[in-house]
Parts: sequence; structure tokens; C-alpha cells
Amino acid sequence: MANGATTAAATPPVVKPKVSGEDWIMRAVLMGIGLYLTVSILLPLYAILSKSFKNADGVYIGLSNYAKFFSTPALFWSIQNSLTVTLICCVIVVTLAFIYAYALTRTSMPFKGLFKGVALLPILMPSLLPAIALVYLFGHQGIFKSWLMGHELYGPIGIVMGECFYVFPHVLTILLIAMANSDARLYEASDALGASKIKTFFTVTLPSVRYGLVSAFFVCFTLVITDFGVPKVVGGKYNVLATDIYKQVVGRQDFEMGAVVSMILLLPALFAFAADRIVQRRQVALLSARAVPFEPKKDRVVDYGMLAFCSLIGVILVSVLTMAAFASYATFWPYNLTLSLKHYAFDMMDGGGWDSYYNSIELAAWTAVIGTAMVFTGAYLVEKSKGFKTGRAAMQLLCMVPMAVPGLVLGLAYVFFFNAPGNPLGFLYHTMPILVICTVTHFYTVSHLTAITALKQLDAEFESVSQSLKVPFYKTFFRITVPVCMPAILDISMYLFVNAMTTVSAVVFLYSPDTALASIAILNMDDAGDVAPAAAMGMMIVGTAAAVRLVHAVLSRGILARTQAWRKR
Amino acid sequence: MNGNDKAGYLKVRDVIKKFGEFTALKGVSLDVGEGEFVCFLGPSGCGKTTLLRAIAGLDIQTSGSVEQAGRDISTLPPNERDFGIVFQSYALFPNLTVKKNIAYGLENRKMPKAEIQTKVFDLLALVGLTEHGDKYPSQLSGGQQQRVALARALATSPGLLLLDEPLSALDAKVRVHLRHEIKMLQEKIGVTTIMVTHDQEEALAMADRIVVMNHGVIEQVGTPEEIYADPATPFVADFIGTTNFIDGEVQAGGQVRVAGLTLDCGPAVDGMAPGDKVTVCIRPEDVQINEAAGEGVPGGIAVKVTDVEFLGSFHRCHVKPMNGNGAVNGLEFMVDLSANRARALGIREGMDIHASLPAELVRVYRSTASV
Repeated sequence: MANGATTAAATPPVVKPKVSGEDWIMRAVLMGIGLYLTVSILLPLYAILSKSFKNADGVYIGLSNYAKFFSTPALFWSIQNSLTVTLICCVIVVTLAFIYAYALTRTSMPFKGLFKGVALLPILMPSLLPAIALVYLFGHQGIFKSWLMGHELYGPIGIVMGECFYVFPHVLTILLIAMANSDARLYEASDALGASKIKTFFTVTLPSVRYGLVSAFFVCFTLVITDFGVPKVVGGKYNVLATDIYKQVVGRQDFEMGAVVSMILLLPALFAFAADRIVQRRQVALLSARAVPFEPKKDRVVDYGMLAFCSLIGVILVSVLTMAAFASYATFWPYNLTLSLKHYAFDMMDGGGWDSYYNSIELAAWTAVIGTAMVFTGAYLVEKSKGFKTGRAAMQLLCMVPMAVPGLVLGLAYVFFFNAPGNPLGFLYHTMPILVICTVTHFYTVSHLTAITALKQLDAEFESVSQSLKVPFYKTFFRITVPVCMPAILDISMYLFVNAMTTVSAVVFLYSPDTALASIAILNMDDAGDVAPAAAMGMMIVGTAAAVRLVHAVLSRGILARTQAWRKR
Repeated sequence: MNGNDKAGYLKVRDVIKKFGEFTALKGVSLDVGEGEFVCFLGPSGCGKTTLLRAIAGLDIQTSGSVEQAGRDISTLPPNERDFGIVFQSYALFPNLTVKKNIAYGLENRKMPKAEIQTKVFDLLALVGLTEHGDKYPSQLSGGQQQRVALARALATSPGLLLLDEPLSALDAKVRVHLRHEIKMLQEKIGVTTIMVTHDQEEALAMADRIVVMNHGVIEQVGTPEEIYADPATPFVADFIGTTNFIDGEVQAGGQVRVAGLTLDCGPAVDGMAPGDKVTVCIRPEDVQINEAAGEGVPGGIAVKVTDVEFLGSFHRCHVKPMNGNGAVNGLEFMVDLSANRARALGIREGMDIHASLPAELVRVYRSTASV
């Protein structure tokens, strides 16, 4: 522009919108939650990172710890071991879950509801439990030991079997969502053009779920490589990164090496997380508002073939759980199989007794209540507040961080951060609150995304209307936003509760004798050779998680039917 | 008092709104009188909703000022302004009944319960939904939902009512019915009202004054009659109703030369010099038709009918001017004939007729202003 100078001089003053009291409240709360996440994830991550560059005396020694790691074969072979079992699991689980999801969404197979329910069973248990069941099935005194044809359960075979069981529902859920978004018009077009079923599968079905497949692969990868429960029980001498962290810290008290292994475990998890986010962003554009839902047609061969396949998977899933249950009731495996409740007398064993179970309930309840309130409020402010763009974008980014951090890394990071001399928050160490903080943060991202999705479905102008009516935002939040989003809020609280019950990884470094948890008790009893009581405690968690799911279902149907009367026409 | 005058209840001055690099409003100034019904009319992306949201304080302008009832509200958040608003989506609270929706703004004002009830009852009666008060929004039809939104916006007796495309989510019949109702309602309670719409018919039928906008500027402000009969720019002429555009060149004596023809444009070319490039506009219904050539109507031209479209109450004829050696190159325009007139003329394709463009109805714009 030739007359840029005069234009600039003539530019009228920019209007600075007045920031109202309400805006300040919103910003303050948002900053509060941002501060919480900073303290509960960013600072601990920094603590563990810097620890990996220091020696036991806290002196900075550069990359020496890393050099030691890579010059010790016993340590760096774990990387290869971890990657091997993880990739094998990914191939097996994604393939099986894909066929299973296909059967549930694209065929007229009978008993779909039942199969869907059965497939979600593993969600109710800590990953330690299927591993314990595997010991009873294929271990030294296992019923089906001969099926392994002389191979040893303890090692890669056991890890792969256990992990496949543990991650199956998670992978299946992703694939079910990806496959639910199918457009019947594409199938009709393919049919009309005379394409064969096989060709339709490869030209229509597969491309439409490719992002879901990639996403499922990455989720599977992250879950397996960061899982600690399965390799802890059936890993034997086969070292993987997750168990190495535990061994370095708990076994050898080598915190610095624990920090190094944590950093190395963080890398693949970070990579998988980043790749998954990129893929998910692309997926959005794929959905068309005018898509017609696909209605599968009857086809005896396919339907019964799928029924056979799903039954097989279903039987495997149920038998693992049944085995765990039976193991917990059998008086003295395998010599005396009369049923008794002997192994449920937890107070007679090490590991924390019944108190650990009650502690778990307490932790889960606090996590569900505090976590849901915080996550939903935070998501609301990120999504619905005005102005303050940088703050909101930073917050959104911060909410994504927990997903990328494996539980073990988070837990160890808390040790370094909260236990550091001079940290004013040190009083939290070895208390119930730190377990709650850690668990809320560990499962923050998925809850946050659930809340954001629900909030995005609300009319964007609710806030504008209430402002014009001079109703403060918090009144509208409690009278409109919360009731309308109640289904999502219940989902989030159930998710947090169940995960708090089953999690082992993050809290394993953080409990104290007074705050032992049920999932930790399983670990410790199994370590001490009390495998049956460990299975019994696992069954307590399964029972509790199932009961909570049931309550959730009743709430969703019952109370929601009343408060959500407006949903009906 | 506070300098509140009837003519300038709402004063918008030099409002500029930028979204990053994009300038949505390029210096808009406007006065709205108290009790007036004003429509912001324009194609999508013209800035009409942006202007409305700036007036509401929902998206405050980058620069410029807004004054309401003598009070500078330029920087105030919406809850410190005085308006009620109805959105295209209505944004009714789905979990509250119709009554609760309407009472939503009242309950926050420490009004006694009985008084709220009376007020809600009156409003329900006003919008004709007395028997639907206990239903939920999803149980109502689109038109009914729209009326609830209107009642909710009026409940707190705001000084200004803002309507953001309130009718465009409804089907055609309901829309025509409701626009009449809204207009009657507005006249009855006398609230100053601004409505945003892209539907010219809606604007013509409802507004006291129309603000035609395009590309972030106001093209014209005027009564519906003024806008229609005397469009200030070719854009307005084109956007409101249908217009013939013919390129030409000014000649001496109030005439314009158009592709070999000379049109008498009278006072429409005042202030233009011979040789100026211009665009001549005339509405299809303003073209007069006589049965055959030779009747000697001044300014008349011989034309051939090339196409007749039947459009219900009228016929739209496409005609081409003729001279001695056939059709004049590249020139064609539309003529609207009422059903009666078309029947009387026995209009049909291929017919030779005589058209005249009355000088007082012809408008001439300098060609620099592109459509």
C-alpha cells in the first residue's frame, strides 16, 4: 500500500471489551484447573526428566545414566523385548477385534448384545487378574499346560496372551465406533455396479475404517507397551521396559535408572499418542451429515461363520474370568478343589487386608467425584468461555498431556516431585489425596474429550441467551448445561471409578502402608506366592466394577428417564 | 433526561470488525429510531450478523462505537446491555418447560413468584401458546418454538429486540404467517427491533426501514418502497427484486446509447457527461408492452419475444430488440406481464411486440460500480 503511513495514522482506536466480573471468575477457575494440571503433570514430568540426568547424590552428570543403560545388555534388551511382544499383540488383537467388530456391526449375526457385553468384561479387571488366571490355565500346574506343547508360559507367550485379553475391549470399542459410521449409500452403489462381496469389502469397508484401524493399532500399542500388570505376573525372566522401571526402583532402589527407563518408555508412548492425534484429526472430515445408516442383510454363511468366531472369542474371554473366579474359591489348587471363601480372608495375609479394598473404594469414589467435577468444569470453560483465547488453547493442550504419559512414569515422576526435599506440597506424599490427584490426572484426557464432545453438541447460543437475560453463567451452567450433559457426566464418573479401582501402574510407587489398594494387594500377594488370595482380591474388584456399571446403567435408565423427559417427543 | 432522542435510540458509528486478516465490517454507521423495525438485509457473508452481534456485545467490534438510549455501550459485555435476542436455532433450553424457558430471565431478577407467573401467562397469551406452557421445546413445532424464543426474549422487557434470521429454519407457509405475527406483535408493544435476514421478501414485508449490506458496507438505508423503487446502487437493484442491466454510454440530451439503440433516460442521467460509461436498469414489470410496432409510443422499441416463462401470477418474457436487419447483437431483457395482460396480448414465443422503457422508471448508474 502506497499510503500505508496515512492509513496507519487514521486507524481508529481499537475497542477494548470490558472484562466483566463473570469473565474474571471464569478465567480464575480455568487458571486454577490449569495450575492443577501444571502441578500434577508438567512439574512431575520435569522432575523425572532432570532426575535422569543426575546421580544418586543429585549431581548433574549429563548423559551418563543413559550411557550406562545402553551399555548394559540386560537393560537395553528390554527395548527389543517390549517392542516384540507389543507388535505381536497389536497384530493379533487388531485382527481379532476387527473381525469381531465387523460381526457386530455389518452382519445379522444373532446375540449381538450378549457378545458386546462379553467383550467388555476385561475392562472390569486390573491386568494382573487375567495374568493370574493364565497361571492357573497354563502355568506349571495349569489345566491346559499341555496345550503349550512344552513351551513355558512365563515369558513372551504369557505376556502376549495376557495382553491380548487385557486390551481386546479397548481396541474393539474404537473399531466399533469407526464401523458404526458407515454409509449405506456406498454399499448400494457398489452393489448396483455389480461388485462382488470381496471387492466391496476392500473398496468400501476397509477404506472407510482405515483411520479407525490406525487409531486402534496405536491405542493397542500404547496400552501394551506401558502395561505393567501382565508382565509382572507371567513375564518370568523376560524383561520388558515396564517391569524394568519397577525392578530398578522397588527392587534395586536405583531411582536414577528408573527415571532413565521411564524416559525411554515415554518415547514410544509419546510417538503413538502424536500419531493417533494426527489420524483422529483427519477422521472428522470423513463423516457426512447425509450418510444413511447401513442395515446389514441376512446371509446364512457369513452370519453363522461370524457366530462361530465370536463364540470362540467369547468362550476364551469368559473362561479366563471363570478360571480366576474358580481359583479364588478352590480351597487348595490343584489338590483340594472344594469351594471355600478361605482366600477371601485377606486380613490373614500380607498386602493390606480388607482395608486395601476399602481404600480402593475410597480412592475410586473421590476420583469419580472430584475428577468428574473438575474435568467437566474445565471442559466447559475451554469450550464455552469467551475471549482469553491463548489461555483456553493452552488449557486444551495441557488436558491432552496425561494421555501420553504411561502410568508407571507418572507414578515415579510423583515420587521425584512430591518427595523432593523443600517441596511445599511434600505433606501430600504417602496420603490418600496424592493417590486421588495421581489417578484423576492419569485418566484426565479421555474424560476431558468425552466432556468436550458432549458440550459441542449443545446449542452454541445458550450462553448468549443467558447473557442477554442477565443470568450469570454459573446459574446457566448448573440449570442447563449440567442437566443436559448428565449422560456424559455419568459416563465420565463411571470411567474414572472403574479405572481407579483397577489401576496398578501409577499408584504402585505412591501407596503407603495406610493407603494400600486392592490392586496393589493383588500384586503383593502374588509376589508373596499367595496367588489364590490375589485372584480373590481381583474378583472383588471385578465384582465392584460390575456393580458400579450396573448402578450406572440403572441410573442412566431410571433417573435419567425422569430428568431427561424432554428428550422424548 | 439523558439525551435520549427518538430518532437516535441506537447509534452505530464507524464500526469496523476484523476476524484475523478478514474485515467483516468496513466502517458502518447507522441510526435506529425508538420503536422502529429495521431489517439488515444482504447475501450471506455481507456482515449483517456480525453487525447484529456487535450491537449485542456478543462479538465486540474492533473499532467504532455503539450507543443505545444515550449510553455508550461500545465496550460492555452483553449482560450489561439492554436487549433480548432470538437466534435462528432459537437456543431454547431443552430441559426446561416452555413456561420455565420464558421465566428464565425473570427468576433471576428477584421478582415475586406470583408476578412472574402473571407475566409468563401474559407472554404465553401474547404469542398464542397458552395451552402449551407445560410442554418441553422438543414437543413443539418449529413455529411454536420460535414463538417461545420470542416470548423469552421479550420477558424482561428489553429496550431492543434483536432477531437473527428468526424465520429461516421454518418452512415457507409458516414463515409467511409468522412474519406477519411478529410484525403485529412488534407494533403492539412498540419495542425497537433489528432483524437480520437474507430474504428480501421478508424484509420488504416487515421492516419500517431496510439496511441493505454487501461486503461489510451499507449499500443503502431506506423504507421498503424507497429501496425497491429507487435503489441507490446496482447491487441493491439486483439484490432486491429482479432488474434488467444494460450497459451503455451517455449522450447529449439525457439519452443513453445502448448497443445500437438510443434510450431516453430523462433526469436519471443528470450530472453525467456525454461519453460516461453507464449501466441502465429497469425492472421487468416497469417495461411497458404494446401489441404491435407502429403505435408510436415515444421511446419505444420493436422487440421479438424469444422465451415466455409462466410464473403463476405473471409471465416473464425474454425479448430481443430488433432493427431493420434482425436482432440487435447481445442485447436481451426481461419483461413481466400480469396474467391478465399476457392473456389480452396473447403473448407467445416468436411474437413481435413493441416495448417502451418509461424514462421516469429507468435508473442509470456509472459503470465503475460493479454489481
